[in-house]
Amino acid sequence: MGTISVNGQDVEVDEEGYLANLTEWTKEIGAYMAKADDCELADDHWEIISFLREYYEEYQIAPAVRVLTKAVGKKLGKDKGNSKYLYELFPYGPAKQACKYAGLPKPTGCV
Amino acid sequence: MSDEMMDEEGGVVKKFMYVNRKAPYGTIYALESLEVVLIAAAFEQDVSLAFIDDGVYQIKKGQDTSGIDMKNFSPTYRALEMYDVEKLYVEKESMEERGLTEEDFLVPVEVLGRQDMADMMEEQDIILSF
Repeated sequence: MGTISVNGQDVEVDEEGYLANLTEWTKEIGAYMAKADDCELADDHWEIISFLREYYEEYQIAPAVRVLTKAVGKKLGKDKGNSKYLYELFPYGPAKQACKYAGLPKPTGCV
Repeated sequence: MSDEMMDEEGGVVKKFMYVNRKAPYGTIYALESLEVVLIAAAFEQDVSLAFIDDGVYQIKKGQDTSGIDMKNFSPTYRALEMYDVEKLYVEKESMEERGLTEEDFLVPVEVLGRQDMADMMEEQDIILSF
């Protein structure tokens, strides 16, 4: 466990930098985490991040990358629901990286 | 096992059944079983889930865990379809003994009598019991 400080707010993260308590999440925290990974978040990133937060809200789970790709395709269209698009946005792995910025736990089964 | 199936890459596809017998909370079995199912889904095997005894409560609608300070993970069963896990079987006797009907479940299931469930188990290559 560690702590990061964003705009004067201290939030707890696990040893891999995932937010400990997802209710503490703010956009600023997501942007701060991305910046630490040298990643600047644009609208396309935020679209996937908010998609993930909605997915988690509904199913209480962070989806595996295969399932994320499929679900994005269904919701946002085929041109976004493919590995190429998602890996370009999140080169460290769309499920792993986007879930982190979204304040979700690491996807189940992700090592 | 009789007729072995192959996937597109020529790998062997086995029939896996996860048997869930315990109530959703109070022990870790239900949640662990669900996590194993989700992880193993990546291996694209022929997966089914069986709900027997108190295990039928795992997929009951309207679970509220606020009084026991545990996460209500029941919405995750609705995500199974997206993981291509679509065969969910409930044992009829277990369901009826607990005063439940098919409408009480938060996912579509196939209700099987005890003998049919036993036959279904007989067909499996691998059974994992939780």
